[in-house]
Amino acid sequence: MDLSAKVADQSLKARATRVAAIAAVYADEVDKAGRFPAEAIDALKSERLMGIQIPVDCGGEGRSTSEIAELCTIIAQSCAASAMIFAMHQIKVSSLVSHGVDAGWHRTFMQKICSEQLLIGSATTEGGIGGNLRNSICAIEVEGDRCRLEKDATVISYGKHADAILITSRSHKDAPPTDQVMTAFLKDQYTLEQTHVWDTLGMRGTCSDGFLFKGEAPAEQILPKPFAEIAAQSMLASSHLLWSALWYGIAVDAFTKAQTFVRAAARKAPGTTPPGLVHLAEMSSQLQVIRSNIKAGLGSYEQALNDPDKLSSMGFAVAMNNVKIASSEMILPVIHQALRICGIMGYKNGTPFSLGRHLRDAHSAELMISNDRILGNTSTMLLVHKQETGLLG
Amino acid sequence: MNETIRTLLAKLGGLPVAVDTITDNADLYAVGLSSFASVQLMLGLEETFDMEFPDHLLNRKSFASIAAIETTVQSILEDRKVA
Repeated sequence: MDLSAKVADQSLKARATRVAAIAAVYADEVDKAGRFPAEAIDALKSERLMGIQIPVDCGGEGRSTSEIAELCTIIAQSCAASAMIFAMHQIKVSSLVSHGVDAGWHRTFMQKICSEQLLIGSATTEGGIGGNLRNSICAIEVEGDRCRLEKDATVISYGKHADAILITSRSHKDAPPTDQVMTAFLKDQYTLEQTHVWDTLGMRGTCSDGFLFKGEAPAEQILPKPFAEIAAQSMLASSHLLWSALWYGIAVDAFTKAQTFVRAAARKAPGTTPPGLVHLAEMSSQLQVIRSNIKAGLGSYEQALNDPDKLSSMGFAVAMNNVKIASSEMILPVIHQALRICGIMGYKNGTPFSLGRHLRDAHSAELMISNDRILGNTSTMLLVHKQETGLLG
Repeated sequence: MNETIRTLLAKLGGLPVAVDTITDNADLYAVGLSSFASVQLMLGLEETFDMEFPDHLLNRKSFASIAAIETTVQSILEDRKVA
């Protein structure tokens, strides 16, 4: 008897494709109700994708950022909110992998993420900091071997559904706003009192409600590196790259719909050129630029991973900022063009060509870490950092 | 040079504490140096010492403390002498 056909393909791509198939079934419902995509996240857990980035000796698969980015692209083609939750979880995990492998508690925590397939949330936003996650108002209090934190977190993505939260604060009550640490709190170590409702244009399924966070835990759960280093060396780069990967997924799915639409028209009237055909060529060119840009960004990140000086250099920060700016801005014209091609069938909800959700989800890209803020940071750096003038570096 | 760096840090660093309370090896980012202020400081150093920071020295480590800045600036000035 041949059993091979019954054993599911365990490649990373196949596992993500199975998740995407489930996410697709519920994507419209998740969007409409603004509810957590529980089915897709359960599928991620049953495919055991939560801990894949964690090193093998901590129970994971040691997968690279590029491999994870690919999964974000695959899942985003079905449900961008599910892909965003997966990406944000992986960004948090990247901080643990980069900065927690030498800390006893965090190693055990990573093992737990793998064995129990935990979903890790993030609380970096705070009322009063004006959206700059490199500033905190709240401060962690350490007393003996315990730490306590209270934070007015105006946004905690999937806060209610996370199994643990990594949260930033000032490192002590007298520290300046930029002297921050990040602490891991497990679900039974904190309470969340809801203060804001996430009722938004797009990315509705991320359920990024606001909460008053109150937590208490052993002090060893504070990550042993300053948050400034964590932000510069793992968080900003992995955010820009994984987000860009999923935004690309939204745009690619819009393209696929437009292409299917044009092909169907062409087949019905052989010998004629369907009206949207030439725009499809433009979109293809734009998608190629977005894709190459993300791939180049992933390449430089993975190269810089072994070189802490390079990771914290201005040149690297400028390059990562540029990836984010370009992908978040370039996906919009692609999706808009797809809408023009699909016409009323794209504008209507509930058709195979509906693009409303794509367009609304994609508009979050320029806002999550405001592009104006990023351009401001980049332009400051350009006062001293010099543009690479060669083609190959 | 240490004094010049301290003067520029006081003028451009936007720090919440007085510069003479900061030791040479104290982490300037922990003291409150923002990335915007660090660039202003770099520009001030470039102007004062009539030099330019090469890209490979534009990283966190080169500007992490007063001592680190001194080493960074000195290495550039010495390279220039050799050249």
